[in-house]
Amino acid sequence: MCLAIPSKVIQIDKEGKAGKIDYLGTKVKANFVLLEGVRVGDWVIVHAGFAISRLDEDEARETLALLREIAEKSSGL
Amino acid sequence: MSRQDRFRDKKVIRALLRKIAEKKKSLPSPCRIMEVCGTHTMTIHRFGLHPMLADIGVDMVSGPGCPVCITPGEVHEAAIRLVTEKKNLVLATFGDMTRVPTRLGSLQKTTPARGSIIKIIYSPEESLEFARRSRETEVVFFGVGFETTIPSIAVMARSAAGEKLGNYSILSALWLIPPPLRAILTSGEVRISGFLYPGHVSAIIGEKPYEFIAREFGYPGVIAGFEPADILLGILSILDQLAEGKPAVANEYARVVRREGNPVALTLMKKMFEPKDACWRGLGVIPRSGLKLRAEYGAYDAERKYGLRVESSGADLPGCRCGEILRGVLPPPKCPLFGKTCTPESPQGPCMVSFEGACLVHFKYRGIRN
Amino acid sequence: MRDFLAGTILPAFDNSRLRKLMDASHLPGGIAFTTDSYVVDPIVFPGGDIGRLAVNGTVNDLVVSGAVPRFLSLGLIIEEGLDWDVLKRILVSIKKAAKAAGVQIVTGDTKVVNQGQGDKIYINTAGIGKVIARPRPARIRPGDKIIVTGTLGEHSLAILTARGDFGLEAKTKSDCAPLTFLLPFWKKGVLWMRDITRGGLATILSELAAESRYPLLIEEAQFPLSRSVRAAADLLGIDPLYLACEGRAVLVVPGNKAGDILQKIKKNPLGRRAAVIGVAEKKIGRPGELILRTSAGGLRLLEPLTSELLPRIC
Repeated sequence: MCLAIPSKVIQIDKEGKAGKIDYLGTKVKANFVLLEGVRVGDWVIVHAGFAISRLDEDEARETLALLREIAEKSSGL
Repeated sequence: MSRQDRFRDKKVIRALLRKIAEKKKSLPSPCRIMEVCGTHTMTIHRFGLHPMLADIGVDMVSGPGCPVCITPGEVHEAAIRLVTEKKNLVLATFGDMTRVPTRLGSLQKTTPARGSIIKIIYSPEESLEFARRSRETEVVFFGVGFETTIPSIAVMARSAAGEKLGNYSILSALWLIPPPLRAILTSGEVRISGFLYPGHVSAIIGEKPYEFIAREFGYPGVIAGFEPADILLGILSILDQLAEGKPAVANEYARVVRREGNPVALTLMKKMFEPKDACWRGLGVIPRSGLKLRAEYGAYDAERKYGLRVESSGADLPGCRCGEILRGVLPPPKCPLFGKTCTPESPQGPCMVSFEGACLVHFKYRGIRN
Repeated sequence: MRDFLAGTILPAFDNSRLRKLMDASHLPGGIAFTTDSYVVDPIVFPGGDIGRLAVNGTVNDLVVSGAVPRFLSLGLIIEEGLDWDVLKRILVSIKKAAKAAGVQIVTGDTKVVNQGQGDKIYINTAGIGKVIARPRPARIRPGDKIIVTGTLGEHSLAILTARGDFGLEAKTKSDCAPLTFLLPFWKKGVLWMRDITRGGLATILSELAAESRYPLLIEEAQFPLSRSVRAAADLLGIDPLYLACEGRAVLVVPGNKAGDILQKIKKNPLGRRAAVIGVAEKKIGRPGELILRTSAGGLRLLEPLTSELLPRIC
């Protein structure tokens, strides 16, 4: 299905093509052929069973920090 | 609080809404923003954002963001004809595809030819698996999608060709997002202030394909993710662009979307498919707005393999106004059929059938103002 | 289904008791009477089987209608060729579940049909109980609280993962359990109770909203959800509000008694994750409406489930 949430790669076959991702303890099969050099521990976005992008940790942290800042500034009003 | 939670947290959302309201003050009303992604439509309504945004003068409009919906009825009819005329054929497709009404009824209500079945699958790979296991059965994967899904369909075609799976083919309706945006802007039919670009289509195609919208037409746009906070951050970016008079393609989903997109996916798409002029429900023929399998993979193209003649007009069934919904000129609750003769149990058009259809989303998630 | 009941079944058998469409009918002599049929596929699933379901489902219908379950009938329709060990397992489950719920199986029937004429096994149970209270939805006032006794949707998810439809691997077990531990609360002021079965919490509460004089407001941020249901919701877009349970109840209790009742429910292992998730409202919405305040703070109307997304889960 279509909803794509960042999930962690927990298993990957020898060719690096297929494996499993884990989200909150639930595991789903995923196909990694659309990304290069996927490794166990990477966070990926999966759509219809295919990993289409990697999560950029630094960008994720920046966005979260921005949201925290906005919420804090606002409650100070 | 988990990361996921922070993107949905009430305090964060309230703060973002306050910021939007603040920035909105210095801008002309109304501020109408078009999104072209079924999952954006879902997030906006599922979390009750639509009425909260309307309260502060931001009107979210759905455009042609649902691939099942913009696929013309004639394509669905071709699938119906295929499975009623050909024996011992498995037509594999996603659930909502089977319920789209056409002049020949829906796939779901169709009686297949002897030995043929319609199989509902949840991922394209299931169709390939089936073809591998039953070599004597003809398997057709009826798949539609935008650039998010197209690479996975490309993988299916490549695998089938590599394994010489002569019993497998794809009946596809593959759509590209940037061309209809040009068509909508050129028509000038709907008044919008800017665009929310689809997060995962953009993960594949990157930022460049939208640049013409800022450069040629002067409209601000932002690539946004799918959490409530992502939508609101996107709206803030558009308001900033409007205030500064600097339309651009902003990327508020940088944690997933790279400027260059996904090069592996793009290369594969280019290898397997070529552009074609495609007819969109509600929008008519748009040049180079669709994809078809290249000639060398013709054996895996169901249209070619079975000689299917598909002549689309982009018209709706009589009375149905999906075309106007998809162009963003008719909000679903304003359609005279909405909630009356057109409901999820008795849909009159694809917008009330598809999981990503604007009408179904509006129906399931009726927002109320506090 | 509701149209079928209203349009075809009721007119055929119309009487004042049936018209109430309660889970169990209250008969003269203080007896409650109910029946249910079980056609779940697969018949054995993580956390239970069709036998356990068949006992608890009917027991729970009695409990939530205000009756102490006492006796069950057991009707079995078995497809020829059903594995003997599977049948034995189901019978043992029935025995165990009956004991745990404090009911006796006092009458029954077994039929065998030819192979292909029934899907392994179908079960019907009818239940009789002693009425100790009556649900009073008309008495619901603004400020009365809505409590759920545990996490939502685990039975449905267990069935989905057992069927392998979505390729999900999750350690979810069905929540199938008897709700008899809730019986004492009828005397502590509970106004209304239902088990959260087919259609899920949203459907059950929509039906209550239709009978209540005041709109009902529930808070998404308060729903108790297990990790695996949360994962299925985020990964697949499945909405926990429409997922069926088979051992969870939703109660409406007077506002000033809610804290106390909640504490006591939580003392029972089956009520560990109970939570107040909503309230009867005065300022938001209109009578007859069930409103959700989403986790992001927006409000929307909830409708009952109309299309059957999950065939044969109970």
